[in-house]
Amino acid sequence: MKRLPQIALLSDGKRLHLQDGPIDLVIGASGNEGEVRAAYEAAARRFNGLLDELCEELNELRKAADPACSALSGVVARRMHAAVAPFAAGHFITPMAAVAGSVAEEILGAMLDAARLDRAYVNNGGDIALHLTGAERFAVGLMDRPDHRGVMQTINIEAGDPARGIATSGRRGRSFSLGIADAVTVLAKTASQADAAATVIANAVDLPGHPGIVRLPANELQPDSDLGARLVTRAVGALGEREIDDALRAGVGRAQQLLAAGLIEGAALRLLGETAVVGSTGIRASALPAFRGSAPVGVARV
Amino acid sequence: MTDATVAGGDKIRCDACPVMCYIKPGAAGACDRYANHNGELVRVDPHIVLERTVSHGGRLVPFQAGGDWDGKIVHEPNVFVTAIGAGTTYPDYKPAPFIVSSEVDGVDMVTVVTEGIFSYCGVKVKIDTDRYLGPETATVRAEGEAIGHVTTSEYGSQMLSLGGVHHLTGGSKKEGRVTCDALMDLSNCKPVELTIDGGATVVVQAGYPPIVNGVAEERMRVGCGSATIGMFAKQWHGKVDEVVVVDDHITGVLSEHQAGKLLDIPDTGIKMKGRRSTPGRYFQVADPGTGWGGTNISDPLSVLGPFNPKEARAGLTMLMVSTTGEHAAYYELDESLRPIEKQMPPDLKFSVERIQENCEPALCTVLFMGGAGGSLRAGVTDNPVRLTRSVKDALTRVTSGGAPVYVWPGGGITFMVDVTQMPAGAFGYVPTPALVAPIEFTLRLSDYAALGGHMDHVRPLASLRDNTETRPMPYIPGRRA
Repeated sequence: MKRLPQIALLSDGKRLHLQDGPIDLVIGASGNEGEVRAAYEAAARRFNGLLDELCEELNELRKAADPACSALSGVVARRMHAAVAPFAAGHFITPMAAVAGSVAEEILGAMLDAARLDRAYVNNGGDIALHLTGAERFAVGLMDRPDHRGVMQTINIEAGDPARGIATSGRRGRSFSLGIADAVTVLAKTASQADAAATVIANAVDLPGHPGIVRLPANELQPDSDLGARLVTRAVGALGEREIDDALRAGVGRAQQLLAAGLIEGAALRLLGETAVVGSTGIRASALPAFRGSAPVGVARV
Repeated sequence: MTDATVAGGDKIRCDACPVMCYIKPGAAGACDRYANHNGELVRVDPHIVLERTVSHGGRLVPFQAGGDWDGKIVHEPNVFVTAIGAGTTYPDYKPAPFIVSSEVDGVDMVTVVTEGIFSYCGVKVKIDTDRYLGPETATVRAEGEAIGHVTTSEYGSQMLSLGGVHHLTGGSKKEGRVTCDALMDLSNCKPVELTIDGGATVVVQAGYPPIVNGVAEERMRVGCGSATIGMFAKQWHGKVDEVVVVDDHITGVLSEHQAGKLLDIPDTGIKMKGRRSTPGRYFQVADPGTGWGGTNISDPLSVLGPFNPKEARAGLTMLMVSTTGEHAAYYELDESLRPIEKQMPPDLKFSVERIQENCEPALCTVLFMGGAGGSLRAGVTDNPVRLTRSVKDALTRVTSGGAPVYVWPGGGITFMVDVTQMPAGAFGYVPTPALVAPIEFTLRLSDYAALGGHMDHVRPLASLRDNTETRPMPYIPGRRA
């Protein structure tokens, strides 16, 4: 039976939902009604066959990226490679670290080629590509639990800001993490860059050798994981405040390097109820008392 | 539907999409939609649209047919597309990130990072039956693994205590996994077959009659045998010479019972087996079982000795009935004073029906019980004990999936909740193993302020459906007390 991607409007009648295999997109657009329709049609057209295109090069995409060159040919695959290449010299990273953001970016690109939109987003499971014009802005909430109302923090992005991509990575995510962060949310110029950077920063939030952290080889959990036998975090035991600070600080250090290199615009790092922020772009404090606790030196608190 | 090929080591290769994941038993593929369940590729339906409506019991709309609800609270007017539920039915899924897209508080996109996890938890099961399920403290098993024990019985009901940290994490890996499966299924109102060492096999499903050794229980008994005599003595008076209410606990005999004496019912020469407690009340007339009145007997005459010829007479009439009215028989003594079964007269049949009518439907009920330690409280206030005090002072209301809970007195926030009051699929599972259960704290704004809460954060509450409404506070993971 031919596999068909799911293409449907969500029940609000406004947002478009596209799903195929592990790709899951929620898309919103505002502007002239006809333009929005044209954009959605373009998104659905581009989406059809996109997963097959990626899977043709899946073996190559799962290999460690070469910082200088790539044998990949697909446009999305090449974008994935380009996003991880800046990190590939010093560390193991595969283009798969940027797959979600790269797909989001591709679909948004197809929409913008087809229509004039005031504002649009393509949200691929938390990795989000944005389009903003004029006085439009986005508010992005970070939330602790889906069944509770209210967001912990809000990131505001305006048309004048450079960020057009947001991504979140962490050990609780769908992908494995080498680090212990619950979530690292990154703003970057593109969704693919944000995706790769979030992976790298989340990996850096870590306490190497800590006995309370359970790690397992990725391929024991998922036989064909691109991480091979590398140890991925499965559980994090109780940590002291000092240890949480140390781990966050390691991630913040990495994030500050990326900020200085122009690879990201900002990042919010969360570990066991503590949050640290790097860069100042649009992150609005909206804190619960718990987040006002002892701050690691040199890290902005929200 | 899709096919999958079995690869080495019980891995299966999913061909639902061109990613062609190899999936280990108990794990899900990259999409979290397909999983390997005992070597079989199954759909785990993570994708759900949850329509939140303002009214209670709001409408839930499945986005894809066949999905189970993710069990989120349904009181608020927003639509969520969630990735929740992917692994909640299957072990070893990757919990979270539960990415949610919604428009909440004027926010366009929401990233969710965690969920609440209880490793100190279990269920208390009340099974409305007088049938013998097994001795007190006997081990209760699912799939052969010990998951709990029989605890002290209650009126008309047998009680099981299942789960707890000992079975979840203290035993073998399989024991923990099976315990977690059973707890989750019971909590999600699914049927679970339990076997009791030295006792019965019972299928338990919250809100349904228990099935004991393959037989569905219909009714709770009206009372013990002695109580039944007391309740119905007047109705039997003048219609029958003797009544025996067969009961595993206390079998009642009308002519000897205080109620019969008050009605001047004459002695009948009946001779009961078992141990006489007080006049007309007998213990241990038979062994416990799944026959008449929770005994092991199928022939009620087996609890009687020969009638005493000094008092008995030919033609004497006798009704024997169980405490639920489910079993009943009518006898007359023949010339040699042996009881011979005869057709039951209509007015006695009526009294048996009256006993049946007074028996409530037998149900299984499941209360989830869990302890919320320091972690929850730390997310709410700098001074966590204030939240505990606030709960104890009834200023903060605790709910689980929106359902009311009973909070135990004493330290901590240990609560019980009737799982049938919760949204379907409210419970999830992480490989720790531990159960993922919803818990909400709700309190008045003024009380939250008094608690030292951050009022800036609370402000969105004013937009809730009325201004005295309250808000749940986020759960902060990882800081377990």
